[in-house]
Amino acid sequence: MSEPAQRHLILILARSFSSRLATPVFVVDAGGNVIYFNEAAERLLGQRFVEGHGMSPDEYGKLFQPSDDEGNLLPVAETPLGIAFTHRETAHGKLTLRSADGVLRPIAVTAFPLLAHTEELVGAIAIFWERPT
Amino acid sequence: MRLRFWGCRGSIAAPGPETMRYGGNTSCIEVRLDDGTLIVLDAGTGARALGHALAGETAEPIHLLLTHLHVDHIEGLGAFEPIWRRETELHLWGPASPVVSLDERVATYFSPPLFPLHLSEVPARCTFDDAPVNGRRIGSAMVRSDQIMHQGATVGYRIEADGRVLTYLTDHEPALGMDMDEVPTEWISGFGLAAGADVLIHDCQYTPQEYATRFGFGHSSSEHVAVFARRAEVGRVVLFHHDPMHTDAELEAIRDDVLVRWDVEPERCELAAEGAELQV
Repeated sequence: MSEPAQRHLILILARSFSSRLATPVFVVDAGGNVIYFNEAAERLLGQRFVEGHGMSPDEYGKLFQPSDDEGNLLPVAETPLGIAFTHRETAHGKLTLRSADGVLRPIAVTAFPLLAHTEELVGAIAIFWERPT
Repeated sequence: MRLRFWGCRGSIAAPGPETMRYGGNTSCIEVRLDDGTLIVLDAGTGARALGHALAGETAEPIHLLLTHLHVDHIEGLGAFEPIWRRETELHLWGPASPVVSLDERVATYFSPPLFPLHLSEVPARCTFDDAPVNGRRIGSAMVRSDQIMHQGATVGYRIEADGRVLTYLTDHEPALGMDMDEVPTEWISGFGLAAGADVLIHDCQYTPQEYATRFGFGHSSSEHVAVFARRAEVGRVVLFHHDPMHTDAELEAIRDDVLVRWDVEPERCELAAEGAELQV
């Protein structure tokens, strides 16, 4: 039977919700690929969503170079977002990103997995904000 | 497949002289596949008359596809005659919940003090299943469901049978927080079920002016239906879940508004009417 493409309703709601928040929000699918980030996130990341749409964890890991407060690079899987979509756990952490326009930005991140009714993972969402330097 | 509408009103039954043409009973549609399989979409108060019409029929099982468990979609179940016959095999399908089974949730309504008996006491052989997300064969049809935008767990259905496609999206607010004209179709609730359907039965409860004060109620306006139908490229739309406060004349004005906005031939958009039949 034909199956027209459509995102899971949980993701549709997550995008709709995020698009109205003034807090930066980053939404990925179950594989960690970028499916949405809002305008507030665009400002912190130095990149527009239309430019970042579809990036894999490997791609945004290389682009944003997350690091701990000692300057050690962190694999995406060890960031709160990576923990959320890899281990299906909520996570919170402090790290530093290099925005696409080259600015180092210390941020705090809270991420959680998006589980549908049937408990399958459909994605993950990260809410983050810039820490005072 | 062939449809007969037994109830197309939303929210609460609305009998009276001003609703005679399109009817006052709440959601219930009979779907007959070419192989004789009987599928019933929702069990609002329209299910009473359908059950009566089925009194002499032996076709079994009956597949009842529930979109959700708001009262206007299940309140006819207790008056559905086949459920009171031991020989009836009734297969109920409904939205999945990670916490409470479908039969427990139906029984919330179908039990004292809201109903004299408990669901477990009905003589019919009832089985309960989660609405099929990945497609399930029912008779000659492939039936698929998906969650759609409405309060609480709610699904829509896509029924593909005999080379035709019927989509049922009652109680649906795809425009909530969304500009349906602008977003890619993959981000529109219900699109995956409706794309390319020959017939789309869709919620059209409000005028655009009414919607402005009912934002988030879980229903659509004539403006939303026109955009959704255009983007999903459906063949024909049947407007459903009529507001209980709307008279027949007001419903016809809503249908005219959809036609103007969708800009298609009049035969591609009609109001669901109690007693009407439709060949998909």
